[in-house]
Amino acid sequence: MIDVRNLRVTFVGKRQVEAVRGVDLTIGAGECVALVGESGSGKSVTARSLVGLAGPAARVEADTFTVDGRDVRGFAARDWRRLRGRFAGLILQDALVSLDPLRTVGAEIGEVLRAHGIGDRRDRPQRIRRLLTDVHVPEPDRRARQYPHQLSGGLRQRALIASAIAGGPRLLIADEPTTALDATVQAQILTLLAERRTNGETLLLISHDLAVVAKLADRVLVMKDGRIVEGGDTRTILVGAGHPYTRELISAATGRWRGTTTAPGDVVAEATGLRKVYGDRTVVRDFGLTIRRGEIVGLVGESGSGKTTVAQLLFGLAGPTSGHVRFEGADFSGVPERARRPMRRRLQLIAQDPLSAFDPRWTVRRIVGEALPRGEDPAPCLERVGLGADVLDRYPRQLSGGQRQRVAVARAIAPRPSLIICDEPVSALDVSVQAQVLDLLAGIRETDGTALLFISHDLGVIRDIADRVLVMKDGRVVEQGPVKAVFDHAGHEYTRALLDAVPTVEVSR
Amino acid sequence: MTRAVARRIASGAVVLWAAATAAYLALLAAPGDIVDSLIGDGADTPQIRAQIITEWNLDRPAVVQYLDYLWRAAQGDLGRSYLLQRPVGEVIGDQLPPTLRLAVAAAVFGVVLALVLAVTTRHRWVRRASSTAELIIVSTPPFLIGIVLLSVFSFRFGLFPVSGDQGWAALVLPAVTLGLPIAGVLAQVLRDGLDRALDEPFAVTARARGLTERAVLMRHALRHSLIPAVTLLGWLTGALLGGAVIIEQVFGRPGLGQVTLQAVGNGDMPVVLAVVVLAAAAFVVVNTVADLAYLLIDPRLRRSTS
Repeated sequence: MIDVRNLRVTFVGKRQVEAVRGVDLTIGAGECVALVGESGSGKSVTARSLVGLAGPAARVEADTFTVDGRDVRGFAARDWRRLRGRFAGLILQDALVSLDPLRTVGAEIGEVLRAHGIGDRRDRPQRIRRLLTDVHVPEPDRRARQYPHQLSGGLRQRALIASAIAGGPRLLIADEPTTALDATVQAQILTLLAERRTNGETLLLISHDLAVVAKLADRVLVMKDGRIVEGGDTRTILVGAGHPYTRELISAATGRWRGTTTAPGDVVAEATGLRKVYGDRTVVRDFGLTIRRGEIVGLVGESGSGKTTVAQLLFGLAGPTSGHVRFEGADFSGVPERARRPMRRRLQLIAQDPLSAFDPRWTVRRIVGEALPRGEDPAPCLERVGLGADVLDRYPRQLSGGQRQRVAVARAIAPRPSLIICDEPVSALDVSVQAQVLDLLAGIRETDGTALLFISHDLGVIRDIADRVLVMKDGRVVEQGPVKAVFDHAGHEYTRALLDAVPTVEVSR
Repeated sequence: MTRAVARRIASGAVVLWAAATAAYLALLAAPGDIVDSLIGDGADTPQIRAQIITEWNLDRPAVVQYLDYLWRAAQGDLGRSYLLQRPVGEVIGDQLPPTLRLAVAAAVFGVVLALVLAVTTRHRWVRRASSTAELIIVSTPPFLIGIVLLSVFSFRFGLFPVSGDQGWAALVLPAVTLGLPIAGVLAQVLRDGLDRALDEPFAVTARARGLTERAVLMRHALRHSLIPAVTLLGWLTGALLGGAVIIEQVFGRPGLGQVTLQAVGNGDMPVVLAVVVLAAAAFVVVNTVADLAYLLIDPRLRRSTS
């Protein structure tokens, strides 16, 4: 269906950027091919080039470029338009932004039908209903009248898939289709994609996470810096990867425990009987937690389980409806902010998205320097997180996601805190970079004895870093204990469901 | 939705009350006797003084004076100009239609021109040329634009009347003069909004469905670009009201601008008070419309209000 030889994509502008430098790609009918690599490796650009959507600034060249049996190198805009939606459907990462937020889901799906003149006006609602049913959206008629923000993440992604398959395309290109989703929802979407494949559609999957695509793909192509460094059928790649970068991806996907079982020290923070009510909704109930020096405690649960509210209560950003938080032996929740402020330096936060947690007009020097005593050099702090002095005068936007999170860690450890609350600190990062940040955090605990409360929806991440874990659902802790015990012998069915959803790579040699 | 509308109308009423009260306090705070303030440069006779004292209840307690003033204002009774010896409502009522005609014509011209420019000049030199022209128009004082248009189209080619308010032909040049800067600012804002929207992931999705670039622009991006433009509605009203004063002078048109200017010059306080309340009312109406327009355009905002 697709045959591309020596694909080169260059972005022309003030600075020329060679995003893709000689990629060979063939996709046969009924196949599922995965393109794996980190952000900036050129995998998305490659995929978008296949439907002529690399962007107005892109110059696309290839020795052979056949799509659906036709040479597309001389294609005009209208030739491409006939392919899009009809021959190939595109599914992007987050349906909240990939569907037009101002239009109903039904209008978005119907647009494909209209653009290609499929069916007439009258039977369009019927077709939209059938498409939504095909992707297992319950109450399709009601959902079709709703806007993307009114749907849950999973339903939204299903609606996006429905719009991609509306034109009956034979090829589905899914660019990070599950990255923004909770693990259990991610598993459902992957099942849905597998189902489309048995339906006869060909799949091109793009992901930074080898584990996500390993179960589905027949063949895996690993991309780095605009080139394919390794490719072959999935099993062969997993077992006998030759390229060091592929091995790095595999080890990131299989995971490695960084926890310890050594006895922790004195109590750093203690929460008892925490309860938080917003209006008539109880978002946290009967929450208790003790964190000791040198301990990493994981707090896991899906979106809406109340884990972020717990973080806010512990951090003193919100007052509990009832219950108490004590920090370093002193009352923390029951006192005014003025009394808390001297303790704040000892309690730090690392947020999911440092880009929005940093002032975009501040340089790294100022961001980290702010957390240090006046006049102290921020360079040693950055060195501890593996960053050179060259980033000191850059702005957050000019850093990669991994570098930004390292700066966030540097800022958090600068005042020598006794507890760092990490709220989804690696969720926005590629798996290979995730592993590096986890190593970094585990190292900080090792050398400084800092306690970490690690909040995540990703059980795989918690499993790799925490000593102890608490599983939250609907505002209450349903299970807790040492990581090994909880993960190997999960008692609660919710924990088991979460565990089953974690994509893993089984490497049997 | 109905609750949101009711709330906005209620808050509009509060703003109007505040404006009327502020104007009243300004009258009280003015130096000298309140009767002197109300007479201004008008004839100062014992009869008129007696008339003012009864009409404004100046012989009764201050609270009664204030409440009575509010009550009359709420009924639309704007008092009497002692200078012109006519009810203020009549003075304004005579001059409101020409100003309204001018403002509506200018607003329609400005908005339509801005939309056409933003949508049609998307690429390369056309875009740069249009953008430059818009900036030049925005930075030119309106009276200068008016004089240039007058000298070209009226004096040289004689296409339009030089002054007055006779028929539609006399409306063209003033409306264009008042509308051009509005078109300039709006076109810039709309173009920026379109650029942003077309960079969003949903635009990629829309293109991936096989839509033409024009369809992506008109059916998706345009609606997104309207959101920042609606924010400017309040500014637009200010530009129209303030601009009308100058344009009416340049083109010798009758209207509210002339009336206001004269009233301020002659210290005709009752008219000035009425203009203040009227301007506040215009802002309240426009901002209420803007708030409702947001709800209409962006479904995400409906969630918190309904």
